[in-house]
Amino acid sequence: MSFLPYAVAAWLFLVGLYGIVTSRHLVHLIVCLTVVQSSSYVLLLAIGYLAGAQAPVFADIPPDTPIVDPVVQALTLTDVVVEATVSALLFGLALQAQKRFGTVNPDEIAAMKG
Amino acid sequence: MTMRSRRVLFLVAAAIFGFLFVWGLSGLPSFGDYRGPYGIVLGQIVMSERHTTEAVGATTFDYRGFDTMGEEYILFAAVMGLVILLRELRGERTEEEEEEEYPVHRRRREASDALRVLGLALVGPLVVLGIYIVVHGHITPGGGFQGGVILAAALILVSLAGRYPAMRRVRPIPLVELADAGGAAGFVLVGLGGLIAGSEFLYNFLPLGEPGTLLSSGMIPLLNISVGLEVAGAFVLLISEFLDQQFISGLGEE
Repeated sequence: MSFLPYAVAAWLFLVGLYGIVTSRHLVHLIVCLTVVQSSSYVLLLAIGYLAGAQAPVFADIPPDTPIVDPVVQALTLTDVVVEATVSALLFGLALQAQKRFGTVNPDEIAAMKG
Repeated sequence: MTMRSRRVLFLVAAAIFGFLFVWGLSGLPSFGDYRGPYGIVLGQIVMSERHTTEAVGATTFDYRGFDTMGEEYILFAAVMGLVILLRELRGERTEEEEEEEYPVHRRRREASDALRVLGLALVGPLVVLGIYIVVHGHITPGGGFQGGVILAAALILVSLAGRYPAMRRVRPIPLVELADAGGAAGFVLVGLGGLIAGSEFLYNFLPLGEPGTLLSSGMIPLLNISVGLEVAGAFVLLISEFLDQQFISGLGEE
């Protein structure tokens, strides 16, 4: 069984999580979160792949050609949109943290709150 | 917690997670051996049922249309939340006061001529590309979300090429907000059309047309256009909120 795409998904998840755990900058932390989230794209697209099938666009292929699953691709689109909105909100929060605490190091912010 | 102990804790947790993840994945069909019914069924019916050549677009805006409405409102709510979050602390320091406080040498440098020429030259092609991607969402890959981001990029390029403080006074924020809200409302209104036509919400009630042409797939192009408006408006609003911060707190200024 070929499980390389699944391994890539697991690796992306863990490497992003490692970045979050050891992060010393909120912007770096948010970028690491997007890496974690990108593992879900890889996993979703890998599940829908059918060997030998075409991309799910019939503009230039006959209508009876087998295609890869369009549902997971639509889900990936949703995933991307959610990631964009989550990152935007988190960047806004990071900005406010910089204003309020004068630092974007998560450890120092935690120390200030006591 | 020190960085060292945190790393150790992470490695232990990652090992446990990795084991469970691999264990869970071992039950999946192997890569390329897709068996799920939905993708296969959609591949067989999407051309005859919806006259759409783009199966992902048909899934997003028709078969899963209700979910996409939720997705659109996630974006809408997040941008509203960000606007509130960044406006809350907007206080004593406005751009005019800051310009008085910091004389000329502290003012933002203007964009270089090369950036300005390239930026302004790219605005037109980007708008055309964005509209193309939005309105062809039911024929070729693309659609409202992707095209909307390109349209937003075109508008943001105007800010990049010009002198931003000057741009701030003339930029059409009410118009952008209108596009954001109008796009979000448009999706629901198109959905209500299905109810008026005597069927369920988001029923594809419009004539389906010839597959592969611009006027086909019923309501899907309309939904693409409303999503495109909403996404373009939302992203322009979002970026200009972030750019505004620079003029409120003096952050991001060296």
